[in-house]
Amino acid sequence: MTLLPATHPLESAAPSATTGATGAPEPVGPAPKKKFGLGAWLASGWLGLLVGASILAPILPLKDPNASATSTPLLAPFSGDLILGADGNSRDMLSRLVWGSRVSLLIAVSAIIVAFLIGGLLGLFAGFYRNWIGKVLASFFDILLAIPALVLILALVAVLKGDPTVDQGLPGEVIVIIAIGLVSIPLVARIARAQTLAWSQREFVLAARAQGASSGRILFREILPNVLPAMGYIALLGIGIAIVAEAAAALFGASVDPPQATLGNMIDAGRGDLQTASFVMFFPIIVIFLTVMSLNFLGDVIRDRFDVRESAL
Amino acid sequence: MLMLGRRLLQLAVVFVVVTFFTVALMSLVPGRPETLVIPFDTTPGQQLTKDFRAENNLDRPLPVRWAKWAGKFVTGDMGQIYSSSDSEPVSSRVRSAAPTSALLISYTIVFSLLVAVPLAVWAAYRSGTRIDKVLNTVMFGFISLPNFAVALVLSYFLAVRADVVPATGYTAPGDGLSEHIRSMVVPVLALSLGQIAVFMRLLRSDLVATLQEDFILMAKSKGISNARVLWRHALRPSSLTLLTVAGLSVGALIGGTLVVEFLLGIPGLGKEVGSAILTRQYVQLQSLVAVIAISFVLVNFFIDFLYTVLDPRIRERSA
Repeated sequence: MTLLPATHPLESAAPSATTGATGAPEPVGPAPKKKFGLGAWLASGWLGLLVGASILAPILPLKDPNASATSTPLLAPFSGDLILGADGNSRDMLSRLVWGSRVSLLIAVSAIIVAFLIGGLLGLFAGFYRNWIGKVLASFFDILLAIPALVLILALVAVLKGDPTVDQGLPGEVIVIIAIGLVSIPLVARIARAQTLAWSQREFVLAARAQGASSGRILFREILPNVLPAMGYIALLGIGIAIVAEAAAALFGASVDPPQATLGNMIDAGRGDLQTASFVMFFPIIVIFLTVMSLNFLGDVIRDRFDVRESAL
Repeated sequence: MLMLGRRLLQLAVVFVVVTFFTVALMSLVPGRPETLVIPFDTTPGQQLTKDFRAENNLDRPLPVRWAKWAGKFVTGDMGQIYSSSDSEPVSSRVRSAAPTSALLISYTIVFSLLVAVPLAVWAAYRSGTRIDKVLNTVMFGFISLPNFAVALVLSYFLAVRADVVPATGYTAPGDGLSEHIRSMVVPVLALSLGQIAVFMRLLRSDLVATLQEDFILMAKSKGISNARVLWRHALRPSSLTLLTVAGLSVGALIGGTLVVEFLLGIPGLGKEVGSAILTRQYVQLQSLVAVIAISFVLVNFFIDFLYTVLDPRIRERSA
């Protein structure tokens, strides 16, 4: 049962050898073929810089991101001794950007790992076992997808956080990771299922079965390696989406509590100073934009390299 | 007809699961929800708290609570927004906020299609040329721009710097059409850029494939003008895909609408969700989540249905 028509990326993706056999006309548009060219190098460079700075943040010679670093609030970039200026609380923008990216990346990557471990496995099983188990799982994913993701994230964070004035035990980062991760599970599962379905109809799976391979072996040794490239593409896209989701939730006050810097919290803080010091808001927006674009770009490279087909999109 | 019945059954299952989830939300609150929803209870014997727990059946098991909640929900009773002075029914807020959100989403879809379709036709006609590549790159950038970022950046340039549109706030169409349009410029643009990119890229690749088909060659060989071939012969078979994606994008749009409304102070469902979160009104929040999820399911159901009506192949396959 599908309530959502099957147009999700990769939803009806079929590996190349089978599409030819079905006789469907191949989309022969000269889709700009992405080699590992300048764009990919720039994208990897930016992501390398971001990830490197995030990992090394504690040992980099940065000022305390949560303490005031200068006597002038909203110090303009390149004017004082702080390269990127200071925010409304006189905190060093550069330091907050690095630490904010660190927390945002940590949240996004962890959430995607959670979603892939649970959703990926569920999707594999749902695609491989085409009996009632697979059907129930598939319709369950569809039902969960009926709730718009952001609404669900906001509701989960708001509810799990409880009273903001009382410490509830679970750190804010963990709550946001749980919320974004849980919401991504059905999405990942659905794509993993579609991929598994497509690959498990291939001849080499039949061959393995004929040789007496167990279901577990077929699933993890024959199918899983073929599903991985598509999942890698989805993972890169997913990390970008998760970074954006954190930022959107932060605007509603549904992310890690300030003064902790996340990219979302920094945008939210910058909104108040838009009139006088727009850079406070623009810097984190630029970081998000460059990061999401780089992730999308590298995702496309993987997709083209491994010939992952999106027949719908 | 059998197919419609099965769809309705599916719809009912989705309703049950989704609303069960929203009712269960309250159980996830660490500690006792009433200390957050009504922290102002100073009545003797905590009467307000007792009323609150009774009203929302918090002392009953979850299935019972769901049944009671669903019973009230289908009759339009969505619970209360509690405040120290008085309480207000959630349903009246929803009734005033939902049309604004619906209007914003409709504008966005119409505007996106109006921009995306001609661009896609142009890019498909000139596929592989420089203009196609430029458009492709621009659209790639659009997809990577979160809509809240567009909303903030646009409101900075158009409202703070240039002062051509109001920075926040909303004017209903009844209270002055030109003001209404001006108040919708930033939100519609913010929500549209991503949609335009999605629609355009999809339609372009669809059209490029269609343009290789024999019936296009046939049309061209009959001497029909390029414009007519593009707009009448090639566009029509691609419209179904576009319809599906337009329907599906409503889900993503709902999320985007919430953020954009909240940021720009537009009194739609997004602002309601924001205030429910900020003031910890969980009863209001669970009803809003249910309303939004149900609208989304209904839109998809409708699109799905339209799809089967428009495309006979799907009708036959499902029968």
